[in-house]
Amino acid sequence: MRFLFKTDYAQDTRLFPFGGTKRFWSGLALYAAILVALAHYAPVALTSTHWLGLAIVYAVAFGAVLLRQNADGEGGHAAFWYGLLGVAALSAPFVLDLYFLSQITFVYVYAIAGVGLILLLGMCGQISLGHAAFMACGAYTAALLQAQGFDLLVTLPAAILLSALLGVVIGLPALRMTGIYLAFATYAFAFIVEEVLARWDGLTGGNMGFVLSDPSILGYTFDSEQKMYYLAMVLFALTLLAGLNIRRSSTGRAFMAIRDSETAAEAMGVNLAVYKTTAFAISAGMAGLAGAVYAHLLFFISPEGFTILLSINLLVLAVIGGLASMHGAIFGAAFIVVLPQLISLTKDSLPPVVGQLPGLESGIFGLVIILFVILEPMGLHGRWMKIKTYFQLFPLYKRGTFRRQKSYMVSEKNR
Amino acid sequence: MTLLEVENLAVHFGGIKAVDGVSFGVDKGEIFTIIGPNGAGKSTIFNLVSRIYQPTSGRIRFEGKDITGLPAHRIAGLGIARTFQNIELFDMATVLDNMMLGRHAHRRTGPFAHLFFGPATRAEELAHRRKIEEVIDFLDLQHYRDQMIANLPYGVRKVVELGRALCTEPKILLLDEPSSGLNVEETEDMSFWISDIKNILGITVIMVEHDMNLVNEVSDRVLALNYGRVIATGTPAEVQAHPEVIRAYLGGDDTETEAA
Repeated sequence: MRFLFKTDYAQDTRLFPFGGTKRFWSGLALYAAILVALAHYAPVALTSTHWLGLAIVYAVAFGAVLLRQNADGEGGHAAFWYGLLGVAALSAPFVLDLYFLSQITFVYVYAIAGVGLILLLGMCGQISLGHAAFMACGAYTAALLQAQGFDLLVTLPAAILLSALLGVVIGLPALRMTGIYLAFATYAFAFIVEEVLARWDGLTGGNMGFVLSDPSILGYTFDSEQKMYYLAMVLFALTLLAGLNIRRSSTGRAFMAIRDSETAAEAMGVNLAVYKTTAFAISAGMAGLAGAVYAHLLFFISPEGFTILLSINLLVLAVIGGLASMHGAIFGAAFIVVLPQLISLTKDSLPPVVGQLPGLESGIFGLVIILFVILEPMGLHGRWMKIKTYFQLFPLYKRGTFRRQKSYMVSEKNR
Repeated sequence: MTLLEVENLAVHFGGIKAVDGVSFGVDKGEIFTIIGPNGAGKSTIFNLVSRIYQPTSGRIRFEGKDITGLPAHRIAGLGIARTFQNIELFDMATVLDNMMLGRHAHRRTGPFAHLFFGPATRAEELAHRRKIEEVIDFLDLQHYRDQMIANLPYGVRKVVELGRALCTEPKILLLDEPSSGLNVEETEDMSFWISDIKNILGITVIMVEHDMNLVNEVSDRVLALNYGRVIATGTPAEVQAHPEVIRAYLGGDDTETEAA
């Protein structure tokens, strides 16, 4: 009824606009507490079946409470599904084997950087081919500080801050450049950083690389795959929350304004220079955080890990995931982690002429990105939205629903 | 009391003198219209006042303060809002987001606070939200709150742009051709809103307009411009009867005008 009546304004500032938020958070917190308690005090070793059973019991209870609470309104469903997703994510280490778990951990790490890139490219409209450099900055900062004996409470903020500063520096050309020129400027910068890391071997170990040990916080060491999984998951959740917070505040709106019309943005009082550099700083900070966790996951970093290929991978992540929404980050991250695995799996069953082709992987990546740009510009998230809308409107869905209208005249003269 | 004062304003693009020594003053609480044939320099004056263009010479004073040297993004905060001739909305954002952007100059919290969205940010968002709801009520935009601009018809976009300008709580509103592209009914609505903006909200309005019915209906004073120079000022009737204005629109040389 929102199109007729004024509703509660507070709903416009919420993460889940249509209620159920408090139940959602308290339910999830309760589930996490039960997990921790059982993991520590269970008298017998619990198998994955136990965990799965617990998750199902929890989901049913949580869903019943939530759906009943919102029986009169539009809401609750989103909170319920996110709650279920949260439960699944929390129980994954008890159910999945180590290989899959480490793959999901990588998905989280890429998604952290992905949130940053979607914020920059999707929200603010500024392209960057330099995100590998920010990840490298975060990774090396974390590694070098850890070697000095600092724990995560120091290394992670330092990695974020230093990368953000670097982001400001690289954001400065963005004030005068757009599109392909900006892409080249950031690419050149990433190249410089890569070269510096290789040549400054007194500090970084050069091409020999740098070895890390298990990360720790206040004496608690993350020494297993499961613990690293939770670390990456929590950091991803925080990053996503920060991204969504930016999106629903005036900073995010200023970014969108810059993307859609710089002239109008300025007329509304948006300082283009400040907000473009802010966008680069936030995005770079997130990439830096991703880099730091990435370094801890790999235990070994070298300049070869942070080449242009990583930047392009991140760009693929953002474009294929979908630039219109933060959800795209997790879709895109899952894509870039899964596709290379799929390719190497199918390689053996292909005829050797094709399977042993050098550059097969890059070729398929390129093909996929081209196909996505042509056929599904809104990415996997856009495809998901279309499927959802199709079922919501079931017999009434029209093919043109998501087709973008030709825009009316937009004056180019003031740009 | 003179709210906006333009003194000997000139801007030259290469050899073209788009605006050539224009002076005028706009009093508080009036609707001041600038008319003139295509290319007379009307929109250029708007772009100079909103600081998108740098004047070659001359001064612009707002509330007695010289704003000629200020950057464009400071203008909204002073209380000067504008709309654009060809609609410059943020197409891939909702009507609410567009209007909330009108509140940008009034924000109190910065990007760092926004990362955490604490109580201060939330309270500020709600205060802005309440403010824009007043504008939504004023312009009857209730139906469109959550719609994306790209999905709206032209007429509605025009109103949303007016709303976005009103959300900045301006002292003076620059409307660049508010009726262009609107049908008769929409133009009528626009004329009521412009009068209401003056009478109810007490906002001074400067507009560029071609529709002489609208100009006659709402304007207190009219300034006619041709080739970047002022050719007449006065009430709508006075300016329309002015021989220079007739010649600018209908053409003809001196003898013909005198004969007429």
